[in-house]
Amino acid sequence: MAQQQLEHVADLVQTGTTQGETIVRFERVRKAFGDLVVLDDLDFEVKAGEKLVIIGPSGSGKTTILRVLMTLERPDAGGVWVDGDYLFRVEKRGRLQRASERHVARVRTKIGMVFQHFNLFPHMSAHDNVAFAPNKVLGIPKGEAKDRAKALLESVGLGDKLDEKPSRLSGGQKQRVAIARALAMEPKVMLFDEVTSALDPELVGEVLNVLRELAHNTSMTMLLVTHEMGFAREIGDRVVMFDGGRVVEEAPPEELFSNPREERTKQFLHAVLDRT
Amino acid sequence: MWEWQVVWDSLPALWKGLQVTLQATFWGILLAMSLGLIFAIIRRVSPGVVRLPLIGVLEFIRSTPLLVQLFFLFYVLPNYGITLSGFETGVVALGVHFSTYTAEVYRAGIESVPRGQWEASTALSISPVQKWTRIVLPQAIPSVIPALGNYLVAMLKEAPLLSAVTVVDVLGEAQRICSRDFNCLEPYTMAGVLFLAISIPASFLARRLETRFGPTTA
Amino acid sequence: MFTESVIERLADGVWITIQLAVMAGAVGTAAAIVSGLAGLSSSRAVRWANQVYVDFFRGSSAIIQLYWAYYALPIIDRDLTFSPLQVGVVVLGLNMGGYGSEIVRGAVQSVSRGQYEASTALSIGGYQRMRYIIFPQAVLSMLPPYGNLLIEMLKGTALVSLITLADLTRVGLDLRQAGDLSSASAFTALLVIYFFLAISITFIVRRAERFARRSMGLEA
Repeated sequence: MAQQQLEHVADLVQTGTTQGETIVRFERVRKAFGDLVVLDDLDFEVKAGEKLVIIGPSGSGKTTILRVLMTLERPDAGGVWVDGDYLFRVEKRGRLQRASERHVARVRTKIGMVFQHFNLFPHMSAHDNVAFAPNKVLGIPKGEAKDRAKALLESVGLGDKLDEKPSRLSGGQKQRVAIARALAMEPKVMLFDEVTSALDPELVGEVLNVLRELAHNTSMTMLLVTHEMGFAREIGDRVVMFDGGRVVEEAPPEELFSNPREERTKQFLHAVLDRT
Repeated sequence: MWEWQVVWDSLPALWKGLQVTLQATFWGILLAMSLGLIFAIIRRVSPGVVRLPLIGVLEFIRSTPLLVQLFFLFYVLPNYGITLSGFETGVVALGVHFSTYTAEVYRAGIESVPRGQWEASTALSISPVQKWTRIVLPQAIPSVIPALGNYLVAMLKEAPLLSAVTVVDVLGEAQRICSRDFNCLEPYTMAGVLFLAISIPASFLARRLETRFGPTTA
Repeated sequence: MFTESVIERLADGVWITIQLAVMAGAVGTAAAIVSGLAGLSSSRAVRWANQVYVDFFRGSSAIIQLYWAYYALPIIDRDLTFSPLQVGVVVLGLNMGGYGSEIVRGAVQSVSRGQYEASTALSIGGYQRMRYIIFPQAVLSMLPPYGNLLIEMLKGTALVSLITLADLTRVGLDLRQAGDLSSASAFTALLVIYFFLAISITFIVRRAERFARRSMGLEA
């Protein structure tokens, strides 16, 4: 895909956050599935505008971080704070109480997510996939939502696929529709959950190009779980090595990749880089 | 309006009628289970000239109302010298009608037996009869028991139709009391209650079969 | 034999049967959707009430229900007197709903979890998620068993002849009674006409299936 097609995607994305302030905070978050502890009193922060890459062995719970943020999983304990509000709780008379579904729904709109398996709506065209939620959820008039969706799809290089159903698109094209669909809701924080893992190798590049464009040219906060180490190194402001439900080590990419401090990180990087 | 005396007076007759319903269901089930198996086997072993008409006839019987089939047997067969009682007509109609469903269930079971089993039977020179009775059916039938169970309950529910061809079953008794004494509320209500008392446990049993033998293929 | 007037009367019966089937089918479809979704409700009370409905109609006999609703119900209260057509539509429809309930529930449950998660990520919640995202995808897997269910319902319409409605079966019985048709021709004609109606249902449902597959972007 030609690079110039991507040039507008940055123009279409507005985040309205102040760079550098904390926008996401996990406070001693605990989550277990049965006996398996996937988040073990996890503490960490993300700054507005930051591009945070999360790496770690599979089954280490890194996807769960994103799923908790997207409210697809509810933590067993601890607080998740997003842009001024706790996600699952509200402060009343100085104490935290379980939040109503309405509160969760309101905070949720600040977050968007792109999935490993796309999860496009198969019965809708690419155009409707992107325009549907802005129209029905945000109440943007249909024509306007459609125009914006068209612009977003053009910006990810899919201007000629507007009326195609997902089943007629390649994996890379599907994932670009999914990115446009998430962007259309204008979230402040975007979550990318192994978005290239389900793609054939030759289709990975076109998706990474879109992510690269977003990373370099927008102030959007991005959390990426990925196995693409080269890409992590290229776009990440900070890399978090995650294992056993905890942050093993975090550092700017140059440092973490060339000079890891922890033994666990070394082993992991060794295994991953050897493999590829 | 509602008189318990009428209920007590009509119960013995309704109970007798319910027994007729259950008997008809029992014989109908036997007929449907065996006839369905025969159809399923014929379908599998016979050449196209036999199979295709058979499929058509089964489809025809399955797609048309049992009530009309009942009338057909009851009023038309005597023309050909076959005179059956209402009860016998009912058993045949129930059995034949539902054999078209059980045939499909058996067919799914037979088709689920892996190819290798058929080939092994041939390789070991097992006779055709033994191939079916010793190899194929013992594997095919357990998996279809839940689906069969559902149709057996369905047969029970259709059995009161027999009252339309003069059988004095549970519904027939209720009709009799209704037209004789003009007390219709109690007998019809009690007929329904008695019927539910049998059919609800029966359908729970069918559902138990389903959880016991796993999800059904048909 | 099949004189013009006999054919005319059969046609009247067919028309009644079609009307009854269409109305009962509409009631049944609505009942199946409501009941199927109620079976997935997060409220225990709703699920329980729904289970009572499903078990009652799956457990009891349609013909007894028809007799009860037509002959016994008016005795409880004269205001509960309904025409045979009304009784037929409601009883056949609710029976169909009892079976359709499981079809709807199963099909909705078969829609992948990813579709629910994508909806959550886009803040598409509750009603909108079911109406626009989940249900349209479930329709495709509902259609084949729904077609069979419609045929079972059509067969059930013959029962209303026993509560005096002049449907196809009733017309056949009357023609035979009056000597206009022999038993053999009367009942053969009925069976052939019912078979033709059943085939028409199959044909329409297949068309709907093809349409649904295409709108999912699948090959027809």
